[in-house]
Amino acid sequence: MLINPASTHQDDLWLERHIVDPSQDNRQPIILETKQLHVYYGDNEAIYEGDLKFAEHQISALIGPSGSGKSTFLRSLNRMNDGVARVAGQILYRGVDINRPEIDVYEMRRRIGMVFQRPNPFSKSIYDNITFALKRRGVTDKKTLDEVVETSLKQAAIWDEVKDQLNKSALALSGGQQQRLCIARAIAVKPDILLLDEPASALDPVSTGKLEETLTALKSNYTIIIVTHNMQQAARISDYTAFFNMGRALEYDKTSQIFTSPKVQLTNNYVAGDFG
Amino acid sequence: MNSKLQKQLLKRSKAAKIERLGKGVSFLALMLIVLTVFAIIIFVTSKGLSTFFSNHVNVIDFLTGKNWNPNVTNAKGQPEVGALPMITGSFVVTILSALLATPFAIGTAIFMTEISPQRGARILQPVTELLVGIPSVVYGFIGLTVVVPAVRAVFGGSGFGILSGTFVLFVMILPTVTSMSVDALHSVPRYYREAALALGATQWQTIYKVVLRAATPGMLTAIVFGMARAFGEALAVQMVIGNAALLPTSLVSPASTLTSVLTTGIGNTVMGSMQNNALWSLALVLLIMSLIFNLIIRLIGRRGAITK
Amino acid sequence: MNPKLSNRIAITTLYVIASLIVLILAALLGYIIISGLPALSWHFLTSPARAFTSGGGIGIQLFNSFYLLILTMLISFPIALGAGIFLNEYAKQNWVTSLVRTSIEILSSLPSVVVGLFGFLIFVVRFNFGFSILSGAFALTFFNLPLLTRSIEEALAAVPDEQREGGLALGLSKWETVTHIIVPAALPTILTGVILSAGRIFGEAAALIFTAGQSAPALDFGDWNPFNISSPLNPMRPAETLAVHIWKINSEGIMPDAKAISSGASAVLVISVLAFNLLARFIGRRLFKRFTAG
Repeated sequence: MLINPASTHQDDLWLERHIVDPSQDNRQPIILETKQLHVYYGDNEAIYEGDLKFAEHQISALIGPSGSGKSTFLRSLNRMNDGVARVAGQILYRGVDINRPEIDVYEMRRRIGMVFQRPNPFSKSIYDNITFALKRRGVTDKKTLDEVVETSLKQAAIWDEVKDQLNKSALALSGGQQQRLCIARAIAVKPDILLLDEPASALDPVSTGKLEETLTALKSNYTIIIVTHNMQQAARISDYTAFFNMGRALEYDKTSQIFTSPKVQLTNNYVAGDFG
Repeated sequence: MNSKLQKQLLKRSKAAKIERLGKGVSFLALMLIVLTVFAIIIFVTSKGLSTFFSNHVNVIDFLTGKNWNPNVTNAKGQPEVGALPMITGSFVVTILSALLATPFAIGTAIFMTEISPQRGARILQPVTELLVGIPSVVYGFIGLTVVVPAVRAVFGGSGFGILSGTFVLFVMILPTVTSMSVDALHSVPRYYREAALALGATQWQTIYKVVLRAATPGMLTAIVFGMARAFGEALAVQMVIGNAALLPTSLVSPASTLTSVLTTGIGNTVMGSMQNNALWSLALVLLIMSLIFNLIIRLIGRRGAITK
Repeated sequence: MNPKLSNRIAITTLYVIASLIVLILAALLGYIIISGLPALSWHFLTSPARAFTSGGGIGIQLFNSFYLLILTMLISFPIALGAGIFLNEYAKQNWVTSLVRTSIEILSSLPSVVVGLFGFLIFVVRFNFGFSILSGAFALTFFNLPLLTRSIEEALAAVPDEQREGGLALGLSKWETVTHIIVPAALPTILTGVILSAGRIFGEAAALIFTAGQSAPALDFGDWNPFNISSPLNPMRPAETLAVHIWKINSEGIMPDAKAISSGASAVLVISVLAFNLLARFIGRRLFKRFTAG
C-alpha cells in the first residue's frame, strides 16, 4: 500500500513536529528552501517530506539516527541523486526552483558544492586538485590559478601544511588533510552553498577539531549545510539544527534550542542518547 | 524570484554540451562494435547460403554427404560437397581434447584454490597466463615437429591425424579451462568449506562433496568455453591433422576439420565460384556452432544463477 | 576406502597434475628457446626471407608484425575506450545494453578464422584494399575489440565511485569527470590490458592470412614515405607477419632450412609475447605505485 505523504503528515496528530523559519529570528535572508520534497528509490519512499528553510551565512546541521534520510535529503539539494533516486517537489535556491529538468545541473552544482563522507581527492597533485575544475571552465591564466590555489587552501586552513609541496600527489596527504583539501577544492570554484555529508566520520579527533575550526571560519563567506552523526559536533559548530527521523524532519530550530529544550519528544530522546 | 540567476541556471553550460557530445561519441563507438557483429553474421550467412540457393545443393546432402570434392559433379549432376568428414573431424578433435583437458584443468584449479593457494598464485597463475599467451602457430609448429613424429613412432602411419590434433588442442585449451575453473572455485563462499571442515569432513571430502558441487555451473562454462576455442582453432590444427577431406576411420589417419579446409581452401578458389561458395558454407557452419556454444554458456549461467 | 586414505590419494594426485602442468610449460618454453636460439642472430632478425635457398631471415616479417600491431592499436584503442566508457558509465540496465553485451560476447568467441574471412570479404574484396596492412589491421581490430573493451570497462569499474562524485560535485560533466579523472586513475590497469592484448595480436595468424596476405615484398628501409610502394610504412602493401610466416613455411615452404627458420621465428614470437607479459606486470605495478603514493 502506498502511503500518501500529504495526508499522513497533516492528519497524524501523534506526530509532533516543530519547524521554525530562520528568517523570523535572524536578519539573514533565506538562500535555500525545500517545499514538499519527496525522494523515491524505485517504489520506496525514502523521504516523505522535508520543508526546511536555510539562512545565508549560517551553518545548519542535519542530525538523526542512521537511515533517517538526512544524507538522502542533503544529496537531493544539489541533485547528486539524479539517476539514483527520483526527487519530487521544489528546491528553491534564491527563489529559483532548481529541481526542474531544464536547470543546468553543472552550473547549479558549481554554486552548490559538496564534500563527501570519505575524502576523495583526485589522483593528481595538490595544485591540480584545486585548479582542475577551473581549468575545465576555461581559466588558464597561471597567476589567477596560483591565487585561487592560495586563497582556497588558506580558507580551508591547510595552506601552511602543504604550501611547499603543491606538486605532490594529493593521495600522499593524511586523511584529515585530504578532507580539508577537498573543501579547498570545493570552494575554489566559488560556490554559494557548501553541502557536507558527514565530512568528519572518517577522521581522527585531532583532524576533526581542525575541520570544525575550518568550517566555522568559512561561515562568513559561505552557507553551510552539514550532515553529522556526531551530536557534539552539531552543537559545537552549527547555528541551526534539523532532527530527522524515519525520512522526515521532525524538529528544526536554533541549535541551542534543540540541544537544551527540544520541543519534540523524539528529538529529546535522541539528543539525550536514548536511541540512534 | 531572482530572474538573473534563473537565466544563468537555465542557460546550457559548456559542461552540458561536452556531456552530450561525449556521451554521443562513446555510444557511437559501442554501436560500431554491435554493427560489426551483425555485419559478420549477415555477410557470412548470406555467403554461406549461396551454395544452397545459387548452386542448389541440398542442405541435407551438404551436412551428411561423405565426399568433399567441389570440382566433381555426382550422379545427380550436383557438385560433391559433403561436409560430413570436416564436421566429424571438428567435433571429434573438440570432444577428445576437452575430455583430455578437463581432469587436468580442474585438478590444477583445485590445487590452485584449495590445496596450495600460495604456490597457485606464485607459480601456476603465471604458468597458465603464459600458456594462454603462446601463439597458436607456435603450438602448431611444436605439434608438427614433436607430436606428429611421436605419434608416428608409436602408432605408425604418417603421424598426422586426429590424435595429433587432439594433443595440440589439449595443451591449447588447458590454460583457458584452468583459469576459468579457478574463477568458478573462487566464487564458492569461504563458509561452505569451513562448514564442511567443521563437520569433520576431510579436505578431499570437502572439495569433492561441497566445493565442486557448488562450482559445477562455473566449471561447465569453463569446459564449454574450451570446446568453443578448440572448435574454432584453425592453424595449429591444420598443421598437424593431415588435411585429407575423408571421413576419419582411425585416430591416426589423416583427417580434416572445418577450419583446416577453410584455411587451405579459400586462397585457392575464385570468389563466387561453386568451390568458393562451398567453403563459405563451411564458415557458416563454424559461425553457427560458435553461436550455439555461446547459447550453451548462457543457459548454464542462467541455471547456475537460479540454483545458487 | 577409509576417508583419510582417499584424502591422501586425492591430494597426491592433485600435486601430480599441478606439477605436470608446470612441466608442460617448462618443456614447451625449453623446446622453443633451445631449438630456436641457434638460429637467432642479428642477420636472421634483420635480413629478408628467401624462398628457395637457405640463409633467409625474418626482418621484414618482424617489422610487419610490429607495424600491424601499432596500426591495430591506433584503430582499436579509441573505439574500445569509447565503448568501455559508455558501458561502464552511461549504460542503463535494459534490453539494449544486454543486446550490446551479448554481441560483444559473440564477437569475442568467434573463431578468428571467421573474423579473418569477414575481413577478407569486406576489406580485401568489397573495399578493394587488396591483401594489405590496412585490411589486416581492420581484421585484427575486430578480433581485438571485445577483449580490450571488456578490460577497459573492468578497469574503469575498479575506480571508486567517490572519484566520480568528486568531479560531479564541482559542476563538471560526467564526461569530463570520466575522461580527466576516472580514466587517468584507471590507467595502470588499462595499460596492462592493452599490453596483454598486444601479445595476442602479435601472435595472431588465422585472421591475417586472407587479409594482410601471405607475401612479404621487399622493402626499402630508406624510404619512409607511406605513399611509395616499397616504403615500410605503406599501409596498402601486402604484409606477411611473423606468425603467418611460421604457418606458411611449415605448410608449403620449400626452403631447405624451413625448420631452423621456424624454430628461430617461434622463439622470437614467444620471447616477444613473454616480454609483453612481463612489461604488462611491470607497468601495472610501477604505475600503480606512482599513482597511489607518489
